[in-house]
Amino acid sequence: MGTSASKLPKDLLSEYQELTFLTKQEILLAHRKFTELLSREERQFPSSRVSMEKILSLPELKCNPFRQRICLVFSTSENKDGSLSFEDFLDLLSAFSDSATPEIKSHYAFRIFDFDDDGTLDRADLEKLVNCLTGDTDETRLSAEEMRQLISNILEESDIDKDGTVNLSEFQHVISRSPDFVGSFRIIL
Amino acid sequence: LSPGKFGTGILSYFSFLRFLVLLNFIIFLLMFGLIILPIIIVSHSSANMTFVQQYGSECTDYPSSVRRGLVLFHQYIIDLLSGTGFLEQTYLFYGYYNVDLVRFSRFTYNVPLAYLLATFAYLFLSLVWIVKRSVAGFKQNLVQDEDRFQSFCNKIFSGWDFCITDENAAKLKRSSLLYELRTDLEEERIKQKIADRTFKERCRIYLIRLVLNLFVVTILAGCFYCIYRATIYSQERQTLKLQTNFILDLIVEYLPSIVITLGNFITPLMFDVIIQFEDYSPAFEIRFTLMRCVFMRLASIGVLLFSLWSQITHCETDDTVPCPCGYNHQLYPCWESRVGQEMYKLMIFDFIIISAVTVFVEFPRKLIVTHCDCGLAKWWGQQEFAIPQNVLEIVYGQTICWIGTFYSPLLPAISTIKYFIIFYIKKVTLMKNCRPATRPFRASSSNFFFLAVLLIGLAMACVPVGVSIAQISSSKACGPFVNYTTSWQVLPQVVSELPTGLSEFLYAISSEAFAVSFFVVTCLAMFYFIALAGAHKRVVNQLREQLAMEGRDKRFLIQKLCQAQKRLASRQPRAAPLSSGSSVAQYQYSSQNRNNSGVLLEQPPATSATHA
Repeated sequence: MGTSASKLPKDLLSEYQELTFLTKQEILLAHRKFTELLSREERQFPSSRVSMEKILSLPELKCNPFRQRICLVFSTSENKDGSLSFEDFLDLLSAFSDSATPEIKSHYAFRIFDFDDDGTLDRADLEKLVNCLTGDTDETRLSAEEMRQLISNILEESDIDKDGTVNLSEFQHVISRSPDFVGSFRIIL
Repeated sequence: LSPGKFGTGILSYFSFLRFLVLLNFIIFLLMFGLIILPIIIVSHSSANMTFVQQYGSECTDYPSSVRRGLVLFHQYIIDLLSGTGFLEQTYLFYGYYNVDLVRFSRFTYNVPLAYLLATFAYLFLSLVWIVKRSVAGFKQNLVQDEDRFQSFCNKIFSGWDFCITDENAAKLKRSSLLYELRTDLEEERIKQKIADRTFKERCRIYLIRLVLNLFVVTILAGCFYCIYRATIYSQERQTLKLQTNFILDLIVEYLPSIVITLGNFITPLMFDVIIQFEDYSPAFEIRFTLMRCVFMRLASIGVLLFSLWSQITHCETDDTVPCPCGYNHQLYPCWESRVGQEMYKLMIFDFIIISAVTVFVEFPRKLIVTHCDCGLAKWWGQQEFAIPQNVLEIVYGQTICWIGTFYSPLLPAISTIKYFIIFYIKKVTLMKNCRPATRPFRASSSNFFFLAVLLIGLAMACVPVGVSIAQISSSKACGPFVNYTTSWQVLPQVVSELPTGLSEFLYAISSEAFAVSFFVVTCLAMFYFIALAGAHKRVVNQLREQLAMEGRDKRFLIQKLCQAQKRLASRQPRAAPLSSGSSVAQYQYSSQNRNNSGVLLEQPPATSATHA
């Protein structure tokens, strides 16, 4: 694996360093992992995209219950199929890196948890979120009554303007008071 | 030791153990540097030292405890394990320090004063260090305990650890999250049920609780009585100096330790059963049982010391006449060394029990459960690393060390080595034998829990040390305090020898007038801070209500805008009716965009355009 096409040009490298929170080593490692997912022909083109299934085969994302949402959120493709270009991939790693600010992390967390992409977390989003966390089989799901109680509790704690949904500011407010968020919302390659 | 596999509670436990190793080492350095080092320096240099007066009355008669004549080998082992015989007249115990003053060329070093001040210093140092370490955890605990502030949001939004890459760990995390959520929801339901109780039900519950608490008190009293009798029996047998059988002698020496350990093993099981009838909420049940176990463990040390002291200050002649020499000099010519020996034995036995349980119970359990397929093995299950019980064990050992350091200055060194070895034993047993706990321990509150229990242990350790320094007469036959009535007397004597200005100042500080006014000022400060905290809480509530009102205002205004636009659209039939709806939607989106755009400063503009 030494063809010049698979090496990252220096000016691009420094540009990526400026625009993301990643260090040089992390960008190079990300580039290596990304090109491993591409087929030989695709490696020639710098802006080729990797399909969602291939991204989900990465060990860091394989066990994550939010893996599809992560791909959809960071994907910039027009047909919204969750495929990632290299820059999307860097965006992903940058948001999940240790040096990203809590505001960035909470912003992206909000978008990942917003399953219907309407800009707010309503009851349906929260229900899907809880099901992702506990597992989707019948014995690991909460009963309907427990779910209702749980979502009422969440809304009571986080919905400040009492409109039945959690918008971005409320979400960021809750996250800022959450001691475990920064430690758990990270992915290191 | 990854947090993904066992949970962050286990990590907190091991960091707590590391902290204790460090604390004990620093205490040892303190005692060594202040007391032992001057004595060692002086015997190798040109300074001279004066010894305490160890002659005169009958009180100063201290028979040597070194064994003479033909000594059987197992006597040495008994001596090693119980601190008697050849170990008694060493730096290990209080009795060996008989230096009064050390005269260097430029100043004199008052060894008794240094001994006393070193004791206060290590207690104070431990207090300050623990408080400093617990302040961070306390702040979070305070925030979290307020009306279960945000606990659900924290679990849901920050619950998943995105670092998990192993399928098994992911499954474990899911099941532990499910368990936590279910427990919390159940807890809330039970709280609701408790609030809905009728008056008759409440009376019945309170009566049951009263009866069961009395039952718990009788159990504790029974255990304490057993410890008292065991200690007295053991002491009587030791003073008789019968030497029958090796094993029997060892058991007699260790009888109080054995009784205490048995009590500490049985009582938690009984408490677990009793608490189920008392009908508390699950979280409170766990905390209350834990408090009872903590009390049992720490109070048993106190009972042991109390029974020792009742022996020491009880002379056979007459109950009304106080003992000559202030203590029972016939049985205990050097009582501090004896107390030090008991503490030494407790510590050694604690270490032996922990290692023995690990080697002889946990390893075979793992072997049986993995290889044998019978029903008993399945019911018993694999060992779970129970954090609360392990923490109690360590705090118990640390309390022994704190109490015993006054009587046995080298005890912190032994304690350091002991905790060091226990760290690796526990690590090995965790890796090899334990499966991850089904009931996870929350990390942010567990740090606070460990340090709070340790603080209780420290408080309970200060009481015996304080009582023995201030109340009980020091031995006249050994130790640095021979020339003083009690150990405390060193301080007033030294203060009276200071220059008048300084000594008058110190007298003024310790007078009643100063103490009362200091107490009053502290109370005032406390009331002020409580009032401040209450005022802040009220302001927070007011701000929350204000935010809710703003939200309602916004919805009201949007409604009015919609109505106005509809009216406008109906008056102008040429305008497309769809535009009014979409403009409102655009308004909502643009307000959201305004909120979000401030956040996207660090991102390249190309990718932010996708946020539509």
